[in-house]
Amino acid sequence: MISGETLHRQTLAELAQGLAAGEFTSRELTEILLRRIESHQESYNAFITITAEIALQQADKADKARANGDGGYLNGLPIAHKDLFCTKRVLTTCGSRMLQNFVSPYDATVVEKMALAGAVMLGKTNMDEFAMGSSNETSHFGPVMNPWNTKLSPGGSSGGSAAAVAGRLVPVATGTDTGGSIRQPAAMTGTTGIKPTYGRVSRFGMVAFASSLDQGGVIARSAEDAAMVLEVISGHDHRDSTSINHPVPRYVDGLSRGIKGLKVGIVRQHFDEGLDESCAEAINLALNTLSESGAKIVEVDLPHIDLSVPAYYVVAPAECSSNLSRFDGVRFGHRAEKPQDLHDLYCRTRGEAFGAEVKRRIMTGTYVLSAGYYDAYYLKAQKVRKLISQDFVNAFCEVDLIAGPTTPTTAFALGEKTDDPITMYLNDIYTIGANLSGLPGISIPCGLVGGLPVGLQLVGPHFEEERILACAHQYQQLTDWHRLEPGATI
Amino acid sequence: MSLTKKQVRQIATLARLQLEEDELHDVVDKLSKIVGFVDQLQTASTDDVSPMAHPLHMSQTLRSDEVTESNERDLIQENAPSVQDGYYVVPKVIE
Amino acid sequence: MTSGWEVVIGLEIHTQLSTKSKIFSGAATAYGSETNTQACLIDLGYPGILPVLNTEVVRMAVKFGLAVNAAISPLSVFARKNYFYPDLPKGYQISQYELPIVEHGELFIRTDDGTEKRIGITRAHLEEDAGKSIHKGFGKSSGIDLNRAGTPLLEIVSEPDLRSAKEAVAYMRKIHSIVRYLEISDGNMQEGSFRCDANVSVRASGQKQLGTRTELKNLNSFRFVEKAINFEAQRQIDVVEEGGQIVQETRLYDSDNDETRPMRSKEEANDYRYFPDPDLLPVEIDDLFIETVRKTLPELPDAKQQRFADEYGLKAVDAEILTVNKPVADYFEAVAIKTTAKAQIAANWVIGELSALLNKQDVDIQNSRIGVEELVHLLDRITDNTISGKIGKDIFEAMWRGEGSVDEIIKARGLKQITDDSEIAAVIDRVLQANTLQVADYKAGKDKLFGYFVGQVMKETSGKANPTQVNKILKEKLT
Repeated sequence: MISGETLHRQTLAELAQGLAAGEFTSRELTEILLRRIESHQESYNAFITITAEIALQQADKADKARANGDGGYLNGLPIAHKDLFCTKRVLTTCGSRMLQNFVSPYDATVVEKMALAGAVMLGKTNMDEFAMGSSNETSHFGPVMNPWNTKLSPGGSSGGSAAAVAGRLVPVATGTDTGGSIRQPAAMTGTTGIKPTYGRVSRFGMVAFASSLDQGGVIARSAEDAAMVLEVISGHDHRDSTSINHPVPRYVDGLSRGIKGLKVGIVRQHFDEGLDESCAEAINLALNTLSESGAKIVEVDLPHIDLSVPAYYVVAPAECSSNLSRFDGVRFGHRAEKPQDLHDLYCRTRGEAFGAEVKRRIMTGTYVLSAGYYDAYYLKAQKVRKLISQDFVNAFCEVDLIAGPTTPTTAFALGEKTDDPITMYLNDIYTIGANLSGLPGISIPCGLVGGLPVGLQLVGPHFEEERILACAHQYQQLTDWHRLEPGATI
Repeated sequence: MSLTKKQVRQIATLARLQLEEDELHDVVDKLSKIVGFVDQLQTASTDDVSPMAHPLHMSQTLRSDEVTESNERDLIQENAPSVQDGYYVVPKVIE
Repeated sequence: MTSGWEVVIGLEIHTQLSTKSKIFSGAATAYGSETNTQACLIDLGYPGILPVLNTEVVRMAVKFGLAVNAAISPLSVFARKNYFYPDLPKGYQISQYELPIVEHGELFIRTDDGTEKRIGITRAHLEEDAGKSIHKGFGKSSGIDLNRAGTPLLEIVSEPDLRSAKEAVAYMRKIHSIVRYLEISDGNMQEGSFRCDANVSVRASGQKQLGTRTELKNLNSFRFVEKAINFEAQRQIDVVEEGGQIVQETRLYDSDNDETRPMRSKEEANDYRYFPDPDLLPVEIDDLFIETVRKTLPELPDAKQQRFADEYGLKAVDAEILTVNKPVADYFEAVAIKTTAKAQIAANWVIGELSALLNKQDVDIQNSRIGVEELVHLLDRITDNTISGKIGKDIFEAMWRGEGSVDEIIKARGLKQITDDSEIAAVIDRVLQANTLQVADYKAGKDKLFGYFVGQVMKETSGKANPTQVNKILKEKLT
């Protein structure tokens, strides 16, 4: 008899052991999770597409492979993909009306790598439209509800992935992070979310929002699980010119490196007035834990970090305005009915099928790139970006990694910030710097405030995923925050 | 910094986005807020700073000149809203 | 052109680079394939796809840069040119803007008065081509074929150094010649592999400031370039002379009516919002790469022309004509080396008889029915006096018609030259006997009749008698 009651609670690493030991099959595991997904779809709305048929096929294939002594690193393990990774012959909507009927004719590199490793895809997770949002409310398919309290937002844009992992619907899910879209929802749902170094994970097949900032990553229930998946999806891809050709370490092996002697920097601005006081306390406690286990906490200066959100809201919209021009109703996606002429076809197609936030960002981007404004906004932002990156380079001369809050507050109510874009944008105030500079960052649960998870963010220098994963893992060896399930109290 | 309705209409035209008259007010308001917000950038001194387009300092890799793609028109055009004899169909193009 | 005015022209030439695959994708570039079968996901701008640069286009651009004595940028950047058009799948064209791969080149053209003129090349940059809109057969709609989308182009931009339509054509021909010598483009104008936009303005002679320019789009033949520029310059002069002002605009040349008119699609002021393409990284080119490419440079038209004049003693004008197209130059040189005839004779034949026939039949020299060996054989037969030059031309045409080799035709038609003195003398005797009156007149001082006697001898021998011998013997007989 399978312990179906608790299987969904296990981490990816535990499930891998169970499968290896023959305690249950991938098919059994897959069926249990598919049932959970179905039964929680209404309450969380975490998925846009559930790929039960594919999942069962992949599970059977994995079981057969295991019986033959074969199978990849993730053989038979269930996963979900954020719905902006293209999946061949499966809907890839990006949470938009524009692509609500779009069936990708090809697989993203991440999807391909996961499948090759034997992972079982349970479905495609809900997200902010084209990854533009921090609350998952801009999805054409409705908001995702936070499993900790369904009146709250799970954060965004990878809110569906975060909710699915937090709600124990799937042990791990992929996400993408352009300004915090993995780390912020991870923080708000008590999960572990890693955004690796820009270029570490191929962007091929990831529908682009802002190409110089987008990076794929993982939302999991532990640093160990995140390391397992990251190892699979990382690596150079000749189809992505911006992908880095740098050896991928065995992240799992590096977890035991420990943190003794690690110099951890904290940034003064991260503890300014914007940060909720209770959250600050939780962060400080976490820093104490690190310190007690041998890390040295020192203050570092990032003099231009306050300009990261404004710089981001020029660069990201500029790139998005261009990236989203391909959605014109001609070759794929939504097309307006009975267009009068070409201009009408374009304007109505795009006017009808893009949501308000996407339109705002396209217009912002169009504006900052247009004649007469380019120098004052786009070019200026690129220069400020340089200053911010340089600040990080300088800081990493003094410290091994930077720690601080992932978000200013715990999860906020759905509808709370939809009226003011700036308030919403400021949610990513601590995460955006890593995107502008291309640095790896992770958010791990480090406490509860008012019964809601708080995220601790660790940011490392380029290519140092191993270091932040090791630190996160060490912290998770010392604490149980990452094991708390929604509804838990302390 | 505040944008005018006229400016917003021009931006929307450039971006090929139809804006209904009733949403215009809200768009003008929010875009003005965003532009006002990013105006903070002007406080930074950026003389002698080179703009940064990529997070990493890398140069372009090159692929060899080989034909690797085969004809997948039928599969690809399953996503096309309007096709005739293999052509994508659009309202008359005027040169 | 109206005197008192100066026409200022700059050309933007779009050369399709002859790679096997596209600039950013592995789709084929072959011309004339079935609609949209050569447009892969990258060319179609599918969500999630990314461009990867073809190494060959970089090599070709560098090759061109070296050929026009230009600077090769150690670092060049691809930028996006944003605009909506159905033949532009991504809503932007990947091009180069601020940092092109090639800058500050030059070439020399020959002007009407025979002098050489330097034309500056501002820059040459890499970009992707767009698809095609088809208007017939779709009623009130248009059909879009994206096979051409993503085909590599090298856009070569001249300085506004050109002062007449003729100079513009000479410059364009020179570029055409160079890209084909370099084998970086087939230069096929019918297929659109080589086309140009012309920026035209006029100003009063002596005036320093440039006039407002118009841009003439998509001129795809040398003839159209000349006619379009001439029309446009005259139109601008007329406008200004009537007190009007030139509007800066994009105009289309209508070859049916030989006129230019504003393009409707370009009426709306475009704001291309160029910015560096974040999907592509800066292209770095080091000296080693440049030197490797330099080693592959062929002898270029100007150098070849000079060498033909020096080495083969050709007239300058002939050396120029022969070196415009490399295959023609190669053909000539192969003939000149092998034949016993003088090189200038070989040049005359290639420029004259051969070119005339090739043009008439619309055949490339590579596909000439009379190959190098055949022409060498023919010229050798003329040189060794087997046949006369005049008969050589008849044989040449017969060879083209496939009537056999030089010797076969000579034999079959009995065209072998009569070089036997006694045989010629016998014919001369017959002619003189039949024309006793004329002989008397000649002897009385009517010298002109000599030519008449020669003509009669040639007629009797069907042109086969060796003319030198005829002259010699005839003179002896008549004195």
